[in-house]
Amino acid sequence: MSAGTREQTATPVVSLRNVRKEYAGAAGRRVALADITFDVSRGEFLCVVGPSGAGKTTLLRCLAGLMPPTSGEALFEGAPLRSVPEGIGVVFQDYGRSLFPWLTVARNVDLPLRVRGMGRAARAARVAEVLASVGLADAGRQYPWQLSGGMQQRVAIARALAYRPDLLLMDEPFASVDAQTRFELEDLILRVRESFGVTVVFVTHDIDEAVYLADRIVVLSRSPGVVSEIVDITLPRPRDQIATKGEEAFARYREHLLGLVMTR
Amino acid sequence: MPRYLRLAGRALTRVWLFAALFAAWWVWSAGSKSLYFPPLSSILRTLWTQWVTGPARAELSSSLEHLLAGYVIAALAGVGFGALLWSLRYAREATSPYLYFLYVLPSPVLVPAAMSLFGIGFTMKVVIIAFAAVWPTLLNTLDGMRGVDSVKLDTSRALGLSRTRHVFEVVLPAALPQIVAGLRNSLQVAIILMVVSEWVASTDGIGYFIVTAQESFDYLGMWSGIIVLAVIGTVANLLFVAVENRVLHWHYGARAVEGAR
Repeated sequence: MSAGTREQTATPVVSLRNVRKEYAGAAGRRVALADITFDVSRGEFLCVVGPSGAGKTTLLRCLAGLMPPTSGEALFEGAPLRSVPEGIGVVFQDYGRSLFPWLTVARNVDLPLRVRGMGRAARAARVAEVLASVGLADAGRQYPWQLSGGMQQRVAIARALAYRPDLLLMDEPFASVDAQTRFELEDLILRVRESFGVTVVFVTHDIDEAVYLADRIVVLSRSPGVVSEIVDITLPRPRDQIATKGEEAFARYREHLLGLVMTR
Repeated sequence: MPRYLRLAGRALTRVWLFAALFAAWWVWSAGSKSLYFPPLSSILRTLWTQWVTGPARAELSSSLEHLLAGYVIAALAGVGFGALLWSLRYAREATSPYLYFLYVLPSPVLVPAAMSLFGIGFTMKVVIIAFAAVWPTLLNTLDGMRGVDSVKLDTSRALGLSRTRHVFEVVLPAALPQIVAGLRNSLQVAIILMVVSEWVASTDGIGYFIVTAQESFDYLGMWSGIIVLAVIGTVANLLFVAVENRVLHWHYGARAVEGAR
């Protein structure tokens, strides 16, 4: 949290100011994001939902610094994003493609630490710690492809958390696992967020998932992407798969959000 | 079934056809009076007296030297220049038509040119082998590195890898299966060019031995040389596969899992 203490706590972790992204395609320019403005405050769990083609993944790539906006500003802790800063961890949807199959689980998690020049002993301790925090204490010597899909995504989460980022970006991370595993991973990410004190931006197309996880939900409209509404979720924490989803307020949020996503 | 029986069974499936063909050749050629197709027993005797205990050992070792030197140069240059072209977009676009032109050019036709440039000694053969064998590795390295999954590239950036680490710890490993496939093709090409370069103009090597034997009606010697070549090819391939299985164990492991799902 070194960057966090330097900044005033009021400074948002992320600020998007009139972000626009166009792609040059064969059929002329295609607008993926038309005009996106919102902030993410420290410690917040923010979900981004929207119909497919709303530019969710484009938005996440701009937030990660993987792609510059065509116009407008994307700021991370007050500084414009030019590349992926040290303080951002990213979890992609397709764990099978984002984990490195030639490295064991432990070495996958170790890689960003090695890149940052950490000492051997400190690295080993950190790897053990994050693997334990995602429930994979004993999987270090295995290869990712020897694990189930849900476990592989846990490895990806552990790897993104290993270097203690201030911000964790997740792009539909649970879209390729079965429902049961998805619930487990949702609870896991809430626990992990609590223990690491990390700010999370979580892109999903699943309304239930967004309401269950989020403090706030940014709803994107159909292409070209603009923010159609930002919804505060005031459901109490800690959340529980059965109790929270059974609440009346949950059903109201759900209905409201579905209305936004379906009609526009 | 106990493990040793299963292993024995697997070994047997691989060996039986070879044993059958060997036996058939042996029986069929046993009483042969033909000058061109001498009995297998005589060929094997010549193999022993020439290649194992006799003077042809020198030809064998000089051929292997040509092969090893040429192949090592081809492999290093192939991976090196392939990676270089991958990183230099302008150079790649400028050179790509010529690369494929050189790739499809049958390399044996370059032997005369190489002879006039380098004589008929060690250098000429190594140059020919290296020049012919470099292309499969070079082109596969280039293609493999260009084809690395975009999610892996994004991941590498997200984890903060420097340019050097990005190349050596993500792009090259990800391209390794294709690079190894190129190295395997290069090995086959190198063996072919080893023989060709030796029989066109040479004073040593297995190719030279075979041609000289054939020209002096020593068909026993000729056949024994052919068998030696087959053995070299087989052993080289076995060594290659052994190394490949070690280096790419993760690739085959992951693929087997994918197939099972």
